[in-house]
Parts: sequence; structure tokens; C-alpha cells
Amino acid sequence: MITAERKPLDEILALVGDKKKVLVAGCDTCVAICLTGGEKEAEILASELRIKAEQDGREAEIEHTAAIRQCEWEYLDMIADKVKDADIVVSMACGIGIQSMAEKFSPQLVVPAVNTNMLGMPQEHAVWLERCGACGDCVIGETAGICPVVRCSKSLMNGPCGGSHDGLCEVKTPEKEDLDCAWHLIWERLKEQGREDLMIKNRPPKKWNLSSSGGPRKMVREEAKPV
Amino acid sequence: MTATEYKAGTNLEKIFSEGKFAVTGECGPPKSADGGVIAGKADMLKGYVDAVNITDNQTAVVRIASLPSAVTVQQHGLEAIMQMTCRDRNRLAMQADLLGAHTLGVHNVLCLTGDHMSFGNHPEAKGVHDLDAINLIQMLKDMRDEKKFQCGDEMDVAPKFYIGCAENPFGDPFEFRSIRLKKKILAGADFMQTQCIFNVPKFKKWMEEVRAEGLHQEIKIMAGLTPLKGVGGARYMKNFVPGMDVPDDIVERMAGVEKGPASHAEGKKLAVEMIKELAEVEGVAGVHIMAVEWEEAVPEIVEAAGLMPRPTVA
Repeated sequence: MITAERKPLDEILALVGDKKKVLVAGCDTCVAICLTGGEKEAEILASELRIKAEQDGREAEIEHTAAIRQCEWEYLDMIADKVKDADIVVSMACGIGIQSMAEKFSPQLVVPAVNTNMLGMPQEHAVWLERCGACGDCVIGETAGICPVVRCSKSLMNGPCGGSHDGLCEVKTPEKEDLDCAWHLIWERLKEQGREDLMIKNRPPKKWNLSSSGGPRKMVREEAKPV
Repeated sequence: MTATEYKAGTNLEKIFSEGKFAVTGECGPPKSADGGVIAGKADMLKGYVDAVNITDNQTAVVRIASLPSAVTVQQHGLEAIMQMTCRDRNRLAMQADLLGAHTLGVHNVLCLTGDHMSFGNHPEAKGVHDLDAINLIQMLKDMRDEKKFQCGDEMDVAPKFYIGCAENPFGDPFEFRSIRLKKKILAGADFMQTQCIFNVPKFKKWMEEVRAEGLHQEIKIMAGLTPLKGVGGARYMKNFVPGMDVPDDIVERMAGVEKGPASHAEGKKLAVEMIKELAEVEGVAGVHIMAVEWEEAVPEIVEAAGLMPRPTVA
């Protein structure tokens, strides 16, 4: 799933500025599941903005709503009236949802209230781990179902670097927590599978042109297009 | 051996070809535009090492680039080993620099992954990692031997490189470490320098695996070594430098002497003992002395280890 984290309130306030009619728009799919931008979180942010406006003695009409999915045109139709009525939309959807909103209702002013951060897996309640970099050229068939592109800090393709120690990566999270060395995990699981020979194989340089390095990507499924 | 049979014909390659024990050093360019620092370090090491590694933004801290620094030390009569990491450049920039290195007479290249940006002074930088170190080795070999760029396009004049790599016998998983060396040999590495060795028994155990695979006959192995100035450095490396394995007995030994001239002397003594022990390990073809910011200790260590005079090759 796509995960996102809410921006600090001050940053959101700076984006909203002195706009009077503010619509906080949640999205009830990915960002709702990661407890960041669903209808409930939209309601909370709207309340915070209302309290702040009152404290500052500013007149403001702050409402909230949510689309089932902000990234699909038809769901945006369902909140169109509220969007058009607002001076500014504060979207709590992922970057895709925010852009869909901005495109559909252009030139309506749409600003983000979240930072979209990863394609993550919920590891336990309230914890998500990055699992996919959408590189466009999946290699995990040879790496024991573990992605070295995003789970190795250096996106190495040929095994762990010299900084792998006791199963941990030399890099820590921004919160200074330990990270697993992806290649250590790959090595251990390949051994369990009896496929450690795959570690000896030298993989050529990756085709990064299939990732975002090749420019914005477009996918067309001709066979699925309406006739 | 005639000149045409050499891969690059560098001093280092010739020393290995003649079966002589090689000694290399390390020179970290300064964190400013003061090129005189590099020249000064070159003058300090000249005559005591066969070639010197020029680091490439080591520990992810910006310094004078490795290619111009390599040219500077060569102008001062000391052969350079240009380090190249995969962190800061993509394959276009790397190949461009490699062509430039050849034209400027820099022919030893050491291929590295590179320390992560988070360790350095620009932690907000975008890491490139277009290639990994093994891809980089292969790219140098294909440029040299196939006259081909990484994309497959041919070039008129191929650059000549003596291709180096690094390996960390103390990284995990331990059993993969000799396989990683094998991968680098398959990719085209000619010589290898290890991470700083403090845990000699573990290094010897690793060399047993290397010899069991016959890898020491396919690549020139240089044992890496860092002389300790005092117990502070030992503790720092033990606790904060990725991939380091500093045993407690080393820390205790350095802690047992007073900081200053006494600890400096003890550090040099320890380095000499280690060089002598490592040189006896079957398959070790040379020693790589990384006296970072303590280059002036190198002549005394090399002398005391019985490695002078350095051989001259035609």
C-alpha cells in the first residue's frame, strides 16, 4: 500500500495562508489504512485549523470531507460541489490523489497536508516498512522474495557491501534505529531454499530507465481499453 | 614479461608481476581547495610505498576529487591508485572520468561501493548507486579489454587500467565474503585491498576460505592495516566505523600506554608486528597501510617492518 505521514501543522498553516473557505479532503483508501489521511484524520485536521483560526482571530469556514479514492475521477465527482465551493483544498491523499484533485478541478488551489513516503507493508499495528521501489524491473524472483532495490540502502545488485554486520545495515533510520541488511536476509533465505548459487551470479547494471530515471512512466493496457 | 603483456603497466602491476611484496599507502585529499596538502602527503610517502590510494570523498565528506588529486601525487613522483565509488556518479560520469584518468596517466583504479551519504557532511544528498562495485569492475574490464562502453558501443582507443577492489573479511555474512571476492575476480579485478585488519585470527580464517577456493592465485591480495595513534582511535573504530572489527585485546593494549608520544610509538610497534605476521600468511601479496591523517608514520613503519628499500621495476 501507499503510505504517507501528515505534515507538521505549521507547514500546513503556511500553505493555507489567509484563505477563508478551506476544505480538508481525506481519502478513504491507502492513507486511511495507514491512519494518516482518512475521513477521521481529515476531521481532526479541520478541527485543528478551526481552533488555530479562532486563536488568531481570523474568520474562516473550515469543512472536511473524504473521497473513497481521490485518485479516481468518478470518486472525485462525488465531492465536486464541496471542492468548487472552497477557496482552497487541503488534500490528505497520497501524491497521486492530490494531483488527481488538482487536475480535475484545475485551477482550484489544492495543497498537500501529507508527505507521501513509500510503498510499504504493515508489519504490525501502526508500523509500516518500505517494500517496493516501483523500479519497473522486478528482481525478487532471484533474491528470495526480498527487494534489494529499496531494502538495501545502496540498491546493490550483487550482495551485501562491507558494512553489513550481525545482520544489520551500516545505515540507520532517521530515528537512529537499526535496519536489517537486505542482502543478509536474501543470503539466509536463499540458503534455506537451497538456491545460494544465485548469490554467485554477477548481475549486470540495472536498467534504471525502466524506473522514474527514464522519465514519467505511462502504462497502457490496449487489450483492456473499451472498444 | 614485455610491456605489451601488461594490462596497464603500472608500477604496482609490475611489482606484483615480478612476485615482489607490494606496499601501498593512502592519501585523503583535503576538505578545501588547498592542493598543496596532497602534494605534501605525496612527498611524505614517496619512496616508501609503491603506489598510493587517493580516496574519493571518503566517509561521504566532500574533498578535492580523486582524479585531480591522483594527478597531483603523480606529478610529485608517486604512483596513484584512484579510488572510485558508486555513490556520487552514474555510469556516464564514471566512464567520462575513467577516460580522463587514462589520458592523464592514472591507470590504477580501485572500485568501491562507497560509504553511505548518511555518514558524511551532506546527509541530504541523493545517493546515485547506478552501478554497484561489481558492475563498476566489469565496466572497467570491458572498457580495457573489449574497447566497449558499458552500453556496448565501441571506442577507438581503449583506456588501460590495473583494476583494484576492496573486500571486508569482517563483514557479514562471513561465509559470503570469499564468494564476494570471487564475484569481483569474475568481474575482472586484478588486485584487492582488505578493510583494516585488527582481528588477525579472523583474517587468517578468511584467508583459509580464500585459499580453499584458489582465489589467491587469481587476484593479488593486499592486507589492509591502519596504525593506531591511541586508544581513542581504536575505540572509535570499534564502535562507530561500519564494518570494523577491533578486538578487545588491541583496545586494551593501546589503553595501557599514555596518550601522546608513548601511544604513537605503541601504535607503530603494533602495526609493524601485524605487517610481519600478515606478510607470512599464504596468499598475501602485499600490505596496504591506511595511515589516515598520520601519513608521517608510514616511512618509519615500512622501514621497521623490513620492507625497505622498495623495489624498482623497469
